[in-house]
Amino acid sequence: MPPSEPIPVIRVRGLVSRFGAQIVHAGLDMEVRANEIFGVVGGSGTGKSVLMRTILGLRPPDSGSIELYGEDVHDMAVADRGALARSYGVTFQNGALISSLSVAQNIQLPLREYYPASEQILDELAQLNLALVGLAPETAGKYPSQLSGGMVKRAALARALSLEPKLLFLDEPTAGLDPISAAAFDELLLYLHSQLRLTVVMITHDLDTLFRTCTRVGVIVDGRMITDTLDGMLQNQNPWIHSYFHGSRARAVEKAAHG
Amino acid sequence: MTALELEGEGDERRLRLNGDWSLAALAQIETQLRGLPGGLQGTLICDWSRAEAPGLGPAWALLSRLREVAAPGLSVRHSGGPPHFLELLEELKTGWHAARSAPPSTPDLEESVGKLGRWVVLQGTEVRAVVGFFGRMVTVLGAAFARPRALRLSSLARHIYETGVTAIPIVSLIAFLISVIVAYLGAQQLHRFGADIFVVDLVTISVLREMGVLLTAIIVAGRSASAFAAEIGVMQLNEETDALRAMGLNPIELLVVPRVLALIIVMPLLTVIADAMGLAGGGLLSLVNLHIPLAQFTYRLREALSPTTFWAGLIKAPVFAILISMVGTYRGMQVRDSARELGRLTTVAVVQAIFFVILADALFAILFVQIDF
Repeated sequence: MPPSEPIPVIRVRGLVSRFGAQIVHAGLDMEVRANEIFGVVGGSGTGKSVLMRTILGLRPPDSGSIELYGEDVHDMAVADRGALARSYGVTFQNGALISSLSVAQNIQLPLREYYPASEQILDELAQLNLALVGLAPETAGKYPSQLSGGMVKRAALARALSLEPKLLFLDEPTAGLDPISAAAFDELLLYLHSQLRLTVVMITHDLDTLFRTCTRVGVIVDGRMITDTLDGMLQNQNPWIHSYFHGSRARAVEKAAHG
Repeated sequence: MTALELEGEGDERRLRLNGDWSLAALAQIETQLRGLPGGLQGTLICDWSRAEAPGLGPAWALLSRLREVAAPGLSVRHSGGPPHFLELLEELKTGWHAARSAPPSTPDLEESVGKLGRWVVLQGTEVRAVVGFFGRMVTVLGAAFARPRALRLSSLARHIYETGVTAIPIVSLIAFLISVIVAYLGAQQLHRFGADIFVVDLVTISVLREMGVLLTAIIVAGRSASAFAAEIGVMQLNEETDALRAMGLNPIELLVVPRVLALIIVMPLLTVIADAMGLAGGGLLSLVNLHIPLAQFTYRLREALSPTTFWAGLIKAPVFAILISMVGTYRGMQVRDSARELGRLTTVAVVQAIFFVILADALFAILFVQIDF
């Protein structure tokens, strides 16, 4: 690689994931550049979440390599991996807020672990993160079961942001939200992306979100990833991609997006 | 070099931010922020030129502290390349203070009386709920017998297997060991009076009347009351019970009745096994330790027992079964909201099941003495 080219934030090379006889990824390549919003798309069961879990180091790859900031994730000392985990934030599909802790305590959980500070300052930081994701002050004392679906997604995002990561993984952040909440989440994401200069990897099925936020899109087809800009995807002749981006739902969104 | 330096006098002062201003230095930055004098007036210039890798958290803490120490009319300016997100934070800070609600009131007499009242009402509704649950269960059970399909035979079979068949080894082992212990300790005492043979009476009567059924009940309470509460509790958390209700199915019929019936069937059978193992343990110890041959043991056993001894134990089994299964399933149905609730109610289920079993056993003891059973 010539030195002028910046190191990609994430580089996946030849990833193979197998579950018994079933091959989910067959030599998947993926590259995410700094400061972009990268959408991961694919049919059900094509291994989008598996890909995320593998990149996060939660699941060892059956073959291939995964590099974050140029370092191999699975070939790393345990201590380094801990430091790496602090450098990104993750939200899971259903929020995965710890149900026995209040929202503020959920946000403070990683902070308490890594950066011990007084209760007062921890409360301040919880406030900061709630304010960042647009949740009201009184949300801090509530428990996850008392929140609506949209609030859970926002609270999960607040927790993911608490360690001030530069890289954010979002697993279906708008799934299960009403269109207005989902649109508000899109705007929030764009806002945070520009203000905090984040790199975002987002698994989503939501075409509105895809068209509104993503810089580039990676589609998982037949165990491999096809990466392109949205405009490029619209020209792609692969049958799955074509039907995905030209289905009746997609056409409506495109019309709205392009006026 | 400190993270914070206040320079200058009078109306224009300069606050220098030095060194590491990332989240990692938060604790240190906080102590220095606390040292900032109050009542700052005029203009304050925050100089970010020497701050390294400034993070959101420390910047937020600085803004908070500046709000605290500022006298009215202090104007704060940022210079020296402040971080790109500072404007955002100031915006959020202003919005946050506008939205802030009033602080919670301190507890007083009225509130504590209110708390007591709420607690009493809560206990009252709890009792009503328990009675209601029992009533619903009985109604559904009654209706189920009129409509055999509602008995869910496959589900019943599964619960009989899980609560009964798989419990046989542990119930047998414990009944055997306890009766060996009782016989052994009894023999020590009785030997002094030359009354060795009465060990047989001691073992058989205590095992058949009390210990067989009580041990079984306690083991089943530990295994199955917790399992019932946890299974139904997780279904509650997953909204599975709501889904059943929405499909017009009755969760009590589907979840509670098969478990209660299974335990009613299984408990007497387990008790018989425990009784048998207990007698075997007593017989073995008598043979090995007291040299009482088996033939003499069985002869003495028939002498010692009245016709009702066996039934006095066994008749308690279905009652214990109802108590254990009702407590387990009721606590499971109570689970709401969180994983912690599930753990708490599973614990409550086991503790209360054992408590009710022993309470009921005491009542039986009194009753049997009164009617000379």
